[in-house]
Amino acid sequence: MSDWLSPEDLNALALSLRVAFLSVVMSLPIALALAFVLSRKRFFGRTLVEAILFLPLILPPVVTGYALLALLGRNAPLGHALAGIGIVFAFRWTGAVVAAAVMGFPLLVLSIRVAFDSVDRRLEEAAETLGARAWRRFATITLPLSLRGIAAGCVLAFARAFGEFGATISFVSNIPGETRTLPIAIYELLSVPGGMPGVQRLSIVALFVAIAAAATATLIAGGMLRRGNGHS
Amino acid sequence: MIAFSMQHAFADLALDVAFESNARTLALFGDSGAGKTSVLNAIAGLLKPQRGRIVLDDRVLFDGEAHVDVPVAERRIGYVFQDGRLFPHLDVRANLVYGANARRDGTHADLDAIVALLDLKPMLRRAPSTLSGGERQRVAIGRALLAEPRALLLDEPLTGLHAEARRQVLEYLRRMRRELGVFTLLVTHHADEVAALADEVVLLAAGEVAGRLSRDDFAARHAADGR
Repeated sequence: MSDWLSPEDLNALALSLRVAFLSVVMSLPIALALAFVLSRKRFFGRTLVEAILFLPLILPPVVTGYALLALLGRNAPLGHALAGIGIVFAFRWTGAVVAAAVMGFPLLVLSIRVAFDSVDRRLEEAAETLGARAWRRFATITLPLSLRGIAAGCVLAFARAFGEFGATISFVSNIPGETRTLPIAIYELLSVPGGMPGVQRLSIVALFVAIAAAATATLIAGGMLRRGNGHS
Repeated sequence: MIAFSMQHAFADLALDVAFESNARTLALFGDSGAGKTSVLNAIAGLLKPQRGRIVLDDRVLFDGEAHVDVPVAERRIGYVFQDGRLFPHLDVRANLVYGANARRDGTHADLDAIVALLDLKPMLRRAPSTLSGGERQRVAIGRALLAEPRALLLDEPLTGLHAEARRQVLEYLRRMRRELGVFTLLVTHHADEVAALADEVVLLAAGEVAGRLSRDDFAARHAADGR
């Protein structure tokens, strides 16, 4: 594979995989909490929260990237404050993680929420009558019965993060070895003379990763359906 | 001892029920839609009455006027639901000890006794989906008992079972009544279950108490009715 892909190609692939993986890991706890609240609680402003949640799916990714820059750039108040304690996102690979996490977040939350919605609430009631308080009910009933949905959401968010381009290039630019992810590398090769073989190589790699992610999500969803039928 | 009063308006039923009893096994008997399950849900804490007061063995579980509403998880009410509600991702043993683990230190001193009482040993490692209806109800009863409840609520525990399974579960409930001292409230619309298990009967009709009978009087009345 190292003969077929150049060191720069491999760097871009490794960075994309690392960014996508960490973006899911980073956003999963927040997604779990938000999905649970949206699934189980009725509160004032819920619709607004849901609308904001959908924004990264609706807005042009470049606008999301610009918003991240306006919020977390070195000259922004929050970005400046974070830089003061050594945390910098703009034009760093960590910023690519943030951009990917933001773009994949709606898919992650929606998948987990559907999984939580599908858990039979009467089982949670039964656990409650057996003395289980809220956290124990969540950890022993809701979470285990939602695991496949959560896993499917993680795969979807990973795939979305792996293919992320617009928000990433707006927020962290195209710095070789630092922020040049696979999609950004493909974009750059498209704009240079003689770059087409590289585009083809990296596109094939992206295709394999996408197929693997889609197949994994399908397998997990298939398992969910079979399990659902088994319980009915 | 239970002292129960509740007023609650549903869309299709106005519930106004009050009764007190010292019976060890009390039955709520009435047709479907009479409000029996709502009474159980109120005792368990799954339904908050609009008005009322629920006292079990001198412990106030709910008092609308005094704003007392003990959380469900703290009431120590064992509830055997009509559909069992076993946890599908846990095997029988894990289902049985779920309540014991939630309430105590994880020891299962009573597990062997309950397993023997309900003949559950052969199925301890099985998944709930592989159990018959009667087996599922026995596990649900065992699970509720192992949480050491102050009261046991049985909501139509034999409904949906075929004749042989009904006979078996009824026998286990009889055995449980003989060997354990826990106060039991049985909801049913089957007279034979009342005759087999209850010491006293509260008749419910259209959301109100329509009468109270001893088991013998209830049996005599239903014999006369030919039911």
